[in-house]
Amino acid sequence: MTKPTDIDRNVACASRRRFLREGSVLLGGAVIARGLAGSKARAAAENAGNLPPDVPEWMKTPGDPMGTQPYGAPSPFEKDVIKNISKTLPQYLSASGRTPLQDLDGIITPNGLFYERHHGGVPTIDPAQHRLMLHGLVDRPLIFTMDDIRRFPSESHIYFLECSGNPEYKKPYGKTASDLVGLLSCAEWTGVSLKLVLQEAGLQPGAKWVVAEGADSAAMTRSIPIEKCLDDAMLAYSQNGERLRPQQGYPLRLLVPGFEGNMNVKWLRRLHVTAEPAYSRDETSKYTDPMPDGTAREFTFYMEAKSIITRPSGGQRLSAPGFHEISGIAWTGRGKVRRVDVSVDDGKSWQEAQLQEPVLTRALTRFRLPWHWDGKPAVIQSRAIDETGYVQPTLAELLAVRGDNYVYHNNAIWPWRIAADGEVTNAHA
Amino acid sequence: MPTRRLELAALAVATLLWAARAEAQSPYGIGRAATPAEIAGWNIDVGGDGSNLPPGIGSVSHGSEVFAQQCAACHGAKGEGGVGDRLVGGQGTLGTPKPVRTVGSYWPYAPTLFDYIRRAMPQNAPQSLSNDDVYAVSAYILSLNGLLPADATLDAKSLAAIKMPSRNMFVGDPRPDVKNSECMSGC
Repeated sequence: MTKPTDIDRNVACASRRRFLREGSVLLGGAVIARGLAGSKARAAAENAGNLPPDVPEWMKTPGDPMGTQPYGAPSPFEKDVIKNISKTLPQYLSASGRTPLQDLDGIITPNGLFYERHHGGVPTIDPAQHRLMLHGLVDRPLIFTMDDIRRFPSESHIYFLECSGNPEYKKPYGKTASDLVGLLSCAEWTGVSLKLVLQEAGLQPGAKWVVAEGADSAAMTRSIPIEKCLDDAMLAYSQNGERLRPQQGYPLRLLVPGFEGNMNVKWLRRLHVTAEPAYSRDETSKYTDPMPDGTAREFTFYMEAKSIITRPSGGQRLSAPGFHEISGIAWTGRGKVRRVDVSVDDGKSWQEAQLQEPVLTRALTRFRLPWHWDGKPAVIQSRAIDETGYVQPTLAELLAVRGDNYVYHNNAIWPWRIAADGEVTNAHA
Repeated sequence: MPTRRLELAALAVATLLWAARAEAQSPYGIGRAATPAEIAGWNIDVGGDGSNLPPGIGSVSHGSEVFAQQCAACHGAKGEGGVGDRLVGGQGTLGTPKPVRTVGSYWPYAPTLFDYIRRAMPQNAPQSLSNDDVYAVSAYILSLNGLLPADATLDAKSLAAIKMPSRNMFVGDPRPDVKNSECMSGC
């Protein structure tokens, strides 16, 4: 028994909806037309009409209607801020793409710019058909659906992830901050503590390692020491608030904060609790560090303290002498960054940089130093010190101990050279 | 037929007990019991000592045929490398300025060669080779590295018995191994 007034209101609502729908089509058409003319208009606009005292063109017509981008994208003027992917890789199934660190502010990496490293392409996994199997030295071998995983108590943490080969020790060295250390990103991860999941199955005596396996075509396999698994390791299903991106292991990945990126197994499908490590290919023949004496270090998990100035950095140009803020990022797999020092005189003297709060454990830390550039050639660099007292070393100090056939874990101080014309280049290149 | 039905019934009861046990003792009661058959289907981990190697056998000569069809396009006809890693040679080069890292020179446990080939190779169709073919390809690669005679065959026992040249090359992590000072002026 609907009242007549209610019917009237429904009719009125329906016609208003129709008007809005048709109106948005019209507006959409206008947007496309403007988009086609956009580049020509932009060129003309350089000296015509958009600057004071004139009113800019984008204030004289409505903007894009709601719904133009159901999933938002950056401004078209930021189209060059994309992952840094070499065009000359021998293959693209086992390959990596870098975060454009020099174009980002703060400490959080946008999900679309998070660095990628995969060994058998990016699988497309239906979460309804994904399972996590937990077996081995446990009382109760278990299988979890994604719904099961999300039923566990959840937690969120901001952690960095860094590929262990970032960069190599041999020349040629990259031109930009991204070329050098762009296999580094940082996000807020949400998931469940691995400890809770292991307790659900019940660890047996003798459980010393957990072998994690991915559901990619490389079936990536890494062994994680049980101490880490019972400490801060987690199974993550979300990244910066949304579900993991496929490139980051959708629907589920392992996170072992502060450990080399490869151990944070993506597309996680199996946890095998064992007494011995698997000695898998990717923890013996790869991801080990050859020393000059013919030995090779294995199970080199921690990413040691490191920092880099991202502004000004290679590929950029200082517009003029005068005030320039020096800004960069620091991180350590062994906990918190205690201090970052910056030198603007080729390492002769150092000053303490300001750290942006909050300084978080195993997250990126943003540092800044106000600087007046006198217009003369200069070499600038940063040096991180972590809460264990460890000081980020120079490249020469690393090479003296490890030699240049050491492939991974290069955490060298990286200096930038600033020329008299303001051009910034890699001082080691 | 009755025996078969009885077996199924017993299996069903066992599975139920399994599930009940999991729920009874788990702190959150989340997930379900994994059956031995499910675990066996997914657990392809082969230990460095050869544990969990499957039954099967393959010869070097059959391995050379499989390799030519499945592997040579990326790794070269004789494992000399290409788009894929070099697999052969390099023994004795690790402490030199130009180390060559291959299966022969930089792979500590022979059984994990089987593990890797089975789980990840060939790159365009992983887990498509039979266990016999994986033994054969492993045998061929080991033979190219001088670690097996050309007329040899390989199975779980003989693969686990091979001692790789780089077995004792790997050492633990001594880091922090590089020290810098906190010099602030006159550095």
